[in-house]
Amino acid sequence: MNELLRRYGMPLTALFSVLTAFWLLILVILPYIYLFEESFRPYLPVTEVGGPNDTYSLNNYLAAFKQPSDWKLWLPLAWQPLIMPVQAPIHVQVFVHTILFSSLTTVLAFVLTYPIAYYLAKIANPKNVPVLFLLLLVPMWVSEILRAFAWFIILALKGPVNYGLIGLGVIADPIRWMTGYNSVILGLIYVYLLFMLLPVYNAVQSLDTNQIEAAEDLGSPWWRTHWRVILPHAKPGIASGSVTVFMLAAGSILVPTLLASTNSRWFTEVIYQWMFESQDWNTGSAYAFMLMILCTVFVSVVMRLFKVKLSDIAK
Amino acid sequence: MSAGVDLDAVSADFGKFRAVDRVNVSIQPGEFFSFLGPSGCGKTTILRMVSGFITPSEGAVRIGGQDMRTIRPNQRPTALIFQNLALFPLMPVWENIAFGLEVRGIDKQVRRRKAEELLRLVDLPDSADKAIAQLSGGQKQRVAIARALAVEPKVMLLDEPLSALDLKLRQHMRAELRTIQKRTNVTFIYITHDQGEALAMSDRVGVMSQGRLQQVGVPQEIYNHPANGFVASFVGENNIFAGKPGAADKGLARFETDRGSFTARLGPGVSSQTPCKLYVRPEHARLTAEAASGNAIAVEIADVAFEGNFATIQARDSDGRMLMVETRNDGAASLPATGRKMNFVFDAERALILADDVPAHGRAA
Ligand SMILES: Nc1ncnc2c1ncn2[C@@H]1O[C@H](COP(=O)(O)OP(=O)(O)OP(=O)(O)O)[C@@H](O)[C@H]1O
Ligand SMILES: [Mg+2]
Repeated sequence: MNELLRRYGMPLTALFSVLTAFWLLILVILPYIYLFEESFRPYLPVTEVGGPNDTYSLNNYLAAFKQPSDWKLWLPLAWQPLIMPVQAPIHVQVFVHTILFSSLTTVLAFVLTYPIAYYLAKIANPKNVPVLFLLLLVPMWVSEILRAFAWFIILALKGPVNYGLIGLGVIADPIRWMTGYNSVILGLIYVYLLFMLLPVYNAVQSLDTNQIEAAEDLGSPWWRTHWRVILPHAKPGIASGSVTVFMLAAGSILVPTLLASTNSRWFTEVIYQWMFESQDWNTGSAYAFMLMILCTVFVSVVMRLFKVKLSDIAK
Repeated sequence: MSAGVDLDAVSADFGKFRAVDRVNVSIQPGEFFSFLGPSGCGKTTILRMVSGFITPSEGAVRIGGQDMRTIRPNQRPTALIFQNLALFPLMPVWENIAFGLEVRGIDKQVRRRKAEELLRLVDLPDSADKAIAQLSGGQKQRVAIARALAVEPKVMLLDEPLSALDLKLRQHMRAELRTIQKRTNVTFIYITHDQGEALAMSDRVGVMSQGRLQQVGVPQEIYNHPANGFVASFVGENNIFAGKPGAADKGLARFETDRGSFTARLGPGVSSQTPCKLYVRPEHARLTAEAASGNAIAVEIADVAFEGNFATIQARDSDGRMLMVETRNDGAASLPATGRKMNFVFDAERALILADDVPAHGRAA
């Protein structure tokens, strides 16, 4: 702040501060406060808003725990759902699926990007790295809708994947790829891959190559060098990429809607239904806050489990 | 257990650039061998070829007589101490040291015991559980040595391991390294650009310039009988005179310079056609008050630096060029005063005519 004052003088500094405060307050904090307040009030016809029935309660939050039903879990690449031995409210099921498959998306995104990140950081000729990055970034210039929709076409029953596999004689009849959460997970990985790649690349890149060679010189096979030297060093980057991808996946609405199968439901879709189909912003807000809070708790627990500190990620 | 290392006409090319050019040397089992040379002359590249991180573009590296061409770094009986040590900062000291044993699937208790044993050897007991960041430069150094010794290498490769330390610690660690080498009897290949370090520690020294090995010999040989002008001027100080050699007799020759004609010993391979110069070490020259015949130059004393056990005297000749003389302090003789007119004299036997010939970095064949 003093630095700012010294550089730009009082009037400009004041302007910067006011603009930042405006942005934070009006565009971020106030809408949240408004929705948060709404989430505790019942959904009422306009005439009754502010009337005697308009009282604070947790009813909107509790709505998620109604309608217990049989729990069918569609695991990836399974053609039949797993029938869980318990019954659960339908929205709880959707929520658990969202967390579960967002986690799976995160793990798969990491498994896919780590070799690429390692290659870019330590193996590729540094001269070529900018070009390679450009190639990876070009798809990002296309809107998320188009990229997700491209997969819709690719995976369609009469799409190129089935066409190719039949042509090669691998399968006789076209496979319905878009069952369960298959296509949603695939689409999420595709859309958010770079959010994993960049922090992991940065973390691996910052490792002194001599450390890798030192391990090898002491007799370490490649996998142990990764396990004991490279991965521990890259942990903050991996954590930061994972938190980003997980949060983006759990909060994504476009991909789960576009690449949905008849059996896939994402928690954001439930929120969307409350808000725009039932016009019930109160319950919608309650669900949105639940998603936010529970995801934050989940991420914190996982970070504790992997002994990652928030300060590591911020680096 | 130690093994010899043979470099058999080994070259390394980076694209068109030849960083190491046909280096030939046989390092004996248990020997302390140093590569000495200025920055960029290819020392690290040689070490990386021995440890396996670079494949020679020509020639062969043999360890204990076995060709290393197809052997990966993690299968070689060598341990490399990196220029920056490359300790693992996320592991405590003992895990660093025991990493090589962990790789070999040795039990945790055994590893821990071995690490503690090695910590005692390098004089760092009670540091097993410290973090690397808690150690001083000298202590890190020792941990790096212990980590390398833990895998019981037949050959230790050390890449300027003392360059980051202050003078006092460096001298202490030199002695310590030497002791450890004698105690373990492992072959040490040591890299340095510090001539004092190379001469003081090594059984033999190989002097390098621009990718080529200029001379291999025991320290006295390198210092007293340098093979060429590069070795003479890289190792120790010299008064250097440009000129041309004349007729030779029994190894002594006339050498014509613009400051007069001198008699000096002909260096190896020098003929009247060789581009060469005359080299006189400061401690081989004297200053006399009396008029002298033979190798003598009239000078005026410009500066006297008394250093305790010896003194360095700068003298200016009639053209204003500086000559240097070093005298031992025998406790009796007094030093000349600045401004005094004297003669700079040297024995023909101690003055060397050496070829300039420092082959430039070649192009890859
Ligand atoms: N990977 C590389 N690609 C291209 N040139 C290289 C590479 N590694 C080294 N060189 C070049 O080879 C020459 C020798 O390098 P090397 O690292 O062996 O020098 P050095 O004697 O160890 O120097 P220093 O004392 O500064 O460590 C240098 O001119 C360097 O620029
Ligand atoms: Mg080097």
